[in-house]
Amino acid sequence: MVEQTPTSGSLYLPRMAEVLRIRTLTEKEKVFTLRLEQGQSLAHQPGQFVEVSLFGIGEAPISVSSSPTRNGTFELCVRAVGDVTNAMHRLQEGDWVGIRGPFGHGFPVAKMRGKDLLFAAGGLGLAPLRSLIQFVLDERPSFGRVIILYGARNPGELLFRDELEEWAHRNDVEFHLTVDRADASWTGHVGVITTLFPKVAVNPRSTVAVTCGPPIMYRFVLIELLAKGLPENQIYLSLERRMKCGVGKCGHCQINGVYCCQEGPVFSYAQVKGLKEAIG
Amino acid sequence: MALFVLPKERVADWVRQLMAEYEVVGPVAKDGAFVFAPLEGPEALRLDYPITLQSPKAFLFPPEETLLRFRRGSPPEVEPVRDARPRVLFGVHPCDLNATWLLDLAFSQDTLDTPYMERRGRTLIVGLDCLKPCDAHSFCKSMGSLEVTGGYDLFLTDLGDAYAVEVGTDAGQALLERAEGAQPATEADIARLNLVLSEKWPRFPLRLDLDPKDLASIMELTYDSPLWEELAQKCLGCGSCNLVCPTCYCFDVQDRLGLDLRSGKRVRLWDGCMLRDFARVASGENFREHRSARLRHRFYRKGKYLLEDYGRVGCVGCGRCVRACLVKIDPVEVFNALKAACTV
Repeated sequence: MVEQTPTSGSLYLPRMAEVLRIRTLTEKEKVFTLRLEQGQSLAHQPGQFVEVSLFGIGEAPISVSSSPTRNGTFELCVRAVGDVTNAMHRLQEGDWVGIRGPFGHGFPVAKMRGKDLLFAAGGLGLAPLRSLIQFVLDERPSFGRVIILYGARNPGELLFRDELEEWAHRNDVEFHLTVDRADASWTGHVGVITTLFPKVAVNPRSTVAVTCGPPIMYRFVLIELLAKGLPENQIYLSLERRMKCGVGKCGHCQINGVYCCQEGPVFSYAQVKGLKEAIG
Repeated sequence: MALFVLPKERVADWVRQLMAEYEVVGPVAKDGAFVFAPLEGPEALRLDYPITLQSPKAFLFPPEETLLRFRRGSPPEVEPVRDARPRVLFGVHPCDLNATWLLDLAFSQDTLDTPYMERRGRTLIVGLDCLKPCDAHSFCKSMGSLEVTGGYDLFLTDLGDAYAVEVGTDAGQALLERAEGAQPATEADIARLNLVLSEKWPRFPLRLDLDPKDLASIMELTYDSPLWEELAQKCLGCGSCNLVCPTCYCFDVQDRLGLDLRSGKRVRLWDGCMLRDFARVASGENFREHRSARLRHRFYRKGKYLLEDYGRVGCVGCGRCVRACLVKIDPVEVFNALKAACTV
């Protein structure tokens, strides 16, 4: 038997956070508003992620989907798909979770100031992009055009409907929405997200594109963005991997030789185009 | 760098002294092979061992270790857990010293891995030179890891009736002070040591057709080689190579809930990049679905990625992976085939 005694300060020790509010967005997605113990600030950058602990179930990496400009609390948009996320969906307001992080590199906000921004989100990919969209809208005068393209498989899977409504009505946001398959109630655009690209003309020199979605989407969205003449270092992607530790040790999130949890999850296309494991 | 000589008949007493203060872990015989294990007495120590089934890695990075204990509640309570026992790893061969050096870098660079570094900080290492190859599978000399440039507190070389003891650190000096009969090396002792060392090197064959530092550039050119698919046809994807590798340190993290359904612990466990679910995410997407991709990733970690991150090749040529491999995938053959694929 190895003698084991408690100590203070460990890399793997989570902070506690209270679940203040739970909103159901779709059949599979809920948004959790969390507040760290003693009102600590998460102090994250848009695009960073946290490791969420449900003690007894485990830990899972989840991107932060709210902007640091909305202080005091933060939001996680979670699809019930694994052990931890299904357990999260069983939480009640007033319950607590553990949080480690924030981890990784988020979106390069400083580089984006003054630029036109083109967002392309597919499905749950809107969750990490929302942290940046909120940030940009909160500091709207610092940015040029804001173009948001969002696609979901069907109308029932659209996330953050109230915010989509708001973006659609703002005259300083160009918002285009599509679903792969319509239902009887749907009067909008139908088609995969790439069918939205002909609707927008951009100045490739002054535009920064930001995209997140299922792995298959990147290949086709990148073709569209490159066809619009955007330079590779003005296209940003947020990649999903199985970050177990968040600190570049456990090996699970490696994309070739690159730790997604350290150098990512946000990468420029220039950074990942030489990594054969990055985009399927 | 002070050099001492310790007569072999004094080693048992020295180890007994150390056992009073430390958990002493050394090579012992088990089921016809050798393993590193906590010594029950100095007589169990087998410094004549060729190679152990596992490296002493498990005593720095255990196969399963508790990171924290928790109690569910509102809010939950957590407390970290550490392994506070001072320990001596005794009789560690050059391959495993080099592997430990790499683990030290991996767990300390950029972010300090608290559990590893705390345990490492309480561990002293007594190295032991290899004077002949352990078997036909090892290729340490080819990988440059028969040579040891540090990473030990003391380093022993067998001179026949005595050990030459090189002091690597002050802590090592303090350990040696507990050994009765240790004398500063005389000129005659140094001459004996030099003779032993000069006879040692030619006994080890060079088995690679390349300089290991070139592996990274060779791999740059062989990513799409058909070799990976050919190897994948043989490979069973069992992860035995991961399990016995002294430089594999990937891990999984799991929660263990107690029977009261309230308290429990979070553990980390060795994991292996050869196992199918290693790069799988909850949505079902598997970023290394094919065995060939997993096999290539393992070899690239050893030959390229770790070298680029830490300046040291990730393979120390101990040969444990091929000994454990059920279909005998031999890294020497793989590295040589990659080199050959580049030169045609």
